[in-house]
Amino acid sequence: MVLEIRNLSKSFGGLKVIDDLSFGVARGERLALIGPNGAGKTTVFNLITGVYPADSGGIFLEQTDITGLPSRYRTRRGLARTFQNIRLMAHLTVIENVMIAQYARAPSVRAMLQPVGFGRANRWRAEARAALAEAGLEAYAGEAAGALPYGIQKRVELVRALAASPHVLLLDEPAAGLNPAETEALHQVLEAIARRGVTLVVVEHDMQFVGRLCPRVVVLNFGCKIAECATGEIHADARVREAYLGSEELA
Amino acid sequence: MSGYLESVLVLLAINVILAYAAFLPMVAGQLNLGVAAFVAIGAYSAGYCSNSFFVHPVPAALAGSAVAGIIGWLVAFPILRTRGIYLALATFALNQVVQGTILNLDVVGGASGYPVPAHIGFAVVAAFSLAVIVLVFLAFRTRFGISVTAVSDDERAADLMGLSVRGLQSAAFTAGAALAGLAGALYAHHFNYIEAQNYGVLFSIYIVLYVLLGGTQTVYGPLLGAAVFTLLPELLRGSAAWRYVIFACLIIAIMSLRPQGVILKRSWFSK
Repeated sequence: MVLEIRNLSKSFGGLKVIDDLSFGVARGERLALIGPNGAGKTTVFNLITGVYPADSGGIFLEQTDITGLPSRYRTRRGLARTFQNIRLMAHLTVIENVMIAQYARAPSVRAMLQPVGFGRANRWRAEARAALAEAGLEAYAGEAAGALPYGIQKRVELVRALAASPHVLLLDEPAAGLNPAETEALHQVLEAIARRGVTLVVVEHDMQFVGRLCPRVVVLNFGCKIAECATGEIHADARVREAYLGSEELA
Repeated sequence: MSGYLESVLVLLAINVILAYAAFLPMVAGQLNLGVAAFVAIGAYSAGYCSNSFFVHPVPAALAGSAVAGIIGWLVAFPILRTRGIYLALATFALNQVVQGTILNLDVVGGASGYPVPAHIGFAVVAAFSLAVIVLVFLAFRTRFGISVTAVSDDERAADLMGLSVRGLQSAAFTAGAALAGLAGALYAHHFNYIEAQNYGVLFSIYIVLYVLLGGTQTVYGPLLGAAVFTLLPELLRGSAAWRYVIFACLIIAIMSLRPQGVILKRSWFSK
């Protein structure tokens, strides 16, 4: 297991948002985390990345307990994520946003003092530019990230997450707000990332997208795991049907 | 060079250093209203070094800068636990504490001021100022430069990118304190007399205004802000009593027309 969640619980005030949740992700796997709105999917990501401390239970990355680690150390250990509501650094340019993430690979005072601003010859800048070019985003490299359209920002966020060379990539609704052509393009990109051996955990409502990308799903409802099965079998699961009753999300 | 021109240029050189002293923490998202405290610490400790230990004024100035930096680093930990307006108030309080302490410190003259006879000439002050400009420009070409901006943009996300938010903030705060100390030490040794009364919060606010006026988005902003703040009152000298009124009106006009400061990042124009 590259990532393992054991008996994780989290409450906000009196509300239990994650209740005794356990699941594991194997190396190179593509797992989808699905469930109705408010099921706690993003909270799971926030617990895994250390945005919130867990009330109880454990989070293990490559067999190491990371439950109490501050977020930055989790990222440096190879965990990267994107956000449901994009969180690029608005005042930095696109290429600077990507270069920020490179630091997590080898953090040190010396790395912090490395020059990154001198023209195209700079190693880090060149690498960031190449990553942007690969994603078809080179034209935006010098633009302020906050000024770009939503779809572009989403793609930049993915490039940025990858710049940290993560082993595990958490994607929070990567296909939300994308048109069919963009969704297809995203699918191709994520397939390519997965082929490189990066483990993917995806929170997503678009079941067609999930069905193509992820062979296995974990279904959450009210913070509890109600099913863990092959993606093709969820329609057969009575509890999943009940959770989604009246909703068209599984249609 | 006339004495008047020289003293204006010395003030310009010192104000540029001061502007960067306020700029560094501000880029990391901290409004430091206690810059003058570090100026005073630098001025008095450098003055004390050259007066009492007969140290040459240049190493004394560097020592003053180091003392200000070390004190800055020490207070950064408790002060940076606060956020936003509370951080501004904490630095404000620090300014009062430091000023009050010096006013009661008889070994450096207390309220009657402190003469510092050892002299640093214009050329050395200018050289220090240029060195600071070059260093700041270089620093903002490194990963540190983009990382501090990232921290002020979104602390949470910066942490999730693997950056040490507290580390970057305290580094920026400490570097700013050391620069403020250097500026104070140079002032003390050029004008040969310092008074704790001058290092109040109003002085801190002036320094912060240099930066806000010039703009915090690029390293050119503080340079312009310091130049305008130093030279404009001198150019308006002809209108005697009214010059500060005109000056204040100009500041308000710039602030309302260009709230981000005069100099913006190029990418902001292409929006």
